[in-house]
Amino acid sequence: MALIEESKVDESRVEKLENLTTKEQLDLKNKKLVRKLLWLVVGSLLFAFALVPLYDVLCTLTGLNGKTQNSAALMSKAKVDNTRWVNVQFTSNVMPGLGWNFYPKQASIRLHPGQIETVLFVAKNTTNEVVIGQAVPSITPGIASANFKKIECFCFVRQSLNPGEEKEMPLRFFVSPELPKDVTDMTLSYSFFPAVNESK
Amino acid sequence: MSTTTVAHHDDHAEHPTGIMRWLTTTNHKDIGTMYLTFSLIMFLVGGAMILGIRAELFKPGLQLMNPDFFNQLIGVHALIMIFAALMPAATGFANWMIPLQIGAPDMALPRLNNWGFWLLPPSAILLTLPFTLALFGIGDGALATGWTFYPPLSIQGGIGVDFAIFAVHLLGISSVLGSINVIVTIFNMRAPGMTLMKMPMFVWGWLITAFLLIATIPVLAGAVTMLLTDRHFGTHFFDAAGGGDPIMFQHLFWFFGHPEVYILLLPVWGFIPQILETFSRKPMYGYKAQVYSLWGIGALSVVVWAHHFFTAGMPVPALLYFMYSTMAISLPLAVLFFCWIKTMWRGSMSFETPMLFAVGWIILFGIGGLTGLVLADVAADAQYHNSYFVVAHFHYTLFAGGIMGIMAGTYYWLPKMTGHMYSEKLGKLHFWLTAISFNMTFIPQFFLGLAGMPRRIPDYALQFAEFNMISSIAAFTLGLSQLLFVYNIISCARGGKKATDKVWEGAQGLEWTLPSPPPYHSFTEQPVIK
Repeated sequence: MALIEESKVDESRVEKLENLTTKEQLDLKNKKLVRKLLWLVVGSLLFAFALVPLYDVLCTLTGLNGKTQNSAALMSKAKVDNTRWVNVQFTSNVMPGLGWNFYPKQASIRLHPGQIETVLFVAKNTTNEVVIGQAVPSITPGIASANFKKIECFCFVRQSLNPGEEKEMPLRFFVSPELPKDVTDMTLSYSFFPAVNESK
Repeated sequence: MSTTTVAHHDDHAEHPTGIMRWLTTTNHKDIGTMYLTFSLIMFLVGGAMILGIRAELFKPGLQLMNPDFFNQLIGVHALIMIFAALMPAATGFANWMIPLQIGAPDMALPRLNNWGFWLLPPSAILLTLPFTLALFGIGDGALATGWTFYPPLSIQGGIGVDFAIFAVHLLGISSVLGSINVIVTIFNMRAPGMTLMKMPMFVWGWLITAFLLIATIPVLAGAVTMLLTDRHFGTHFFDAAGGGDPIMFQHLFWFFGHPEVYILLLPVWGFIPQILETFSRKPMYGYKAQVYSLWGIGALSVVVWAHHFFTAGMPVPALLYFMYSTMAISLPLAVLFFCWIKTMWRGSMSFETPMLFAVGWIILFGIGGLTGLVLADVAADAQYHNSYFVVAHFHYTLFAGGIMGIMAGTYYWLPKMTGHMYSEKLGKLHFWLTAISFNMTFIPQFFLGLAGMPRRIPDYALQFAEFNMISSIAAFTLGLSQLLFVYNIISCARGGKKATDKVWEGAQGLEWTLPSPPPYHSFTEQPVIK
């Protein structure tokens, strides 16, 4: 029964198409193409938003922008490479809106790849309110960022400082021996931001 | 999408009069005229803004405005010139000429076309309204980030940024609608016998532009939407403290921004060869080579974006890739240049105003292209980045390559559109004043950039004073010369010597087979192309 009805519908459709004027056929053709093009628009809009996670993946893979792994690395099992030295420099920034002083206790450190070191950063809250901040690291050259391994870092969590409080914050790290041979110097920069609610 | 209006309009040639004609029109010629008029008005508005900038830069020190207002003028000038002057001008020509050139009665989607235009005036108001609001103490003025909206500045900015974001949304919707219309018209409405490879070059240029617009405008819309949610709804797409990345915005923006350059130029590359063949009285050289080059440039334009921010920091392999791919664009572009020159070679040339603009355009756009090659070099770019060299470079491509091209097209088609000849004397005067004062404005800026003057700064060191003064004087000459253009267009629209159907002795193409001006409804019977 259903089959017969379907064939009837089909027949009437065919009849309709034949009765269409050229103008109506053109309208149909236009509508079809418009629909396809609208899909293209939707596609490129989705592509824009897909770029956000893609960009993160790409940055972590390639070290583009000097993004470092923001989670604790395993302790180095690799042997210390005594045949070469790496010079790691430290810089710090405080972003607008955060009333802190923030600086590394030493400007740089010279170490062998694989050697575990601890350096201290000092932060002081100069306001009379409790302020929460979040440090964001960046490595230059970007190509070395995957080889900078943090075992313990104040940047893993937010830091809260009471009014006038001064705090020494440790960073425990090593440089992986897989560091490209031509990298002899690297700079670790920390920017302290006013903490925000993570929603992404 | 209502396409039935084609049928509806064919029934009667009558149309409402007065304002209702323009509000409700679905006629491609009316809509084309509205686009072109809007574009001309916004060209003057954007020009007035930049004259404010040049007046401030006339002398070192701050004389006329505070730095914040200076920044607002710069950003809004760019947005207006790109989105409200150049793009609508190209769309205006598309509306007028594509149906005439392919022998179609109208655009495929006439109501959409009307809507596409009427989105423009509100967005122009959104862009400029914050200036007025600031006068009444509401907000702190227009967008002050430059047209590129880079965060974190754009996240910290005032309501001007929100206004600009919504304006970009509207402008984006308008150009996507226009592009869909152009593609559907070209694919479905060509006269019988007109195969793709028989289409006039202007139609080819616009077809590629339309695809580029559809592919990239939504990316810009997405990027500014992320900016909006970062500003007001607590997301952190571009905020490093929340795990985002401000550099990502630059990637998103220029993924749109670089193809945008070719979106502005491809329609011009389309009709310039047509002007050259008309006034050289011989057929265009290398039609196929030009079509393939246009496609090549269109395709390459979406994979080179990061050369706009080499200095933001990138791994060396990425720098090399973006440098080489950018430089690769010069190959198809060189093919185009050779075809343009060869079209004129040993032709029986005459130099009416459109031809003057077209030939001047080749030379000046060539300078724009070559200086772009310098900027594409990673090693050299470190010095030129964000300097006045960049400003001079992109004005050679966008003012000479874009706007002077549009002017060539205007003089070329104006007699066809109005039915009257414009004043050749005033046209030639306009060309020489424009060409000379344009060069006088921007050649000094190349040297200022080389000497290290940064762009977008209201004050400068004393050693830059003379060149800035020359540049400012020339800029005012350039601006005032455009009044000749406006006068010539208006007087041509109102009357003058009757134009013949063919207008130009050597003109090729279907649009010249119609009377000047063409009737309100043309090609209701499609011509057959052999």
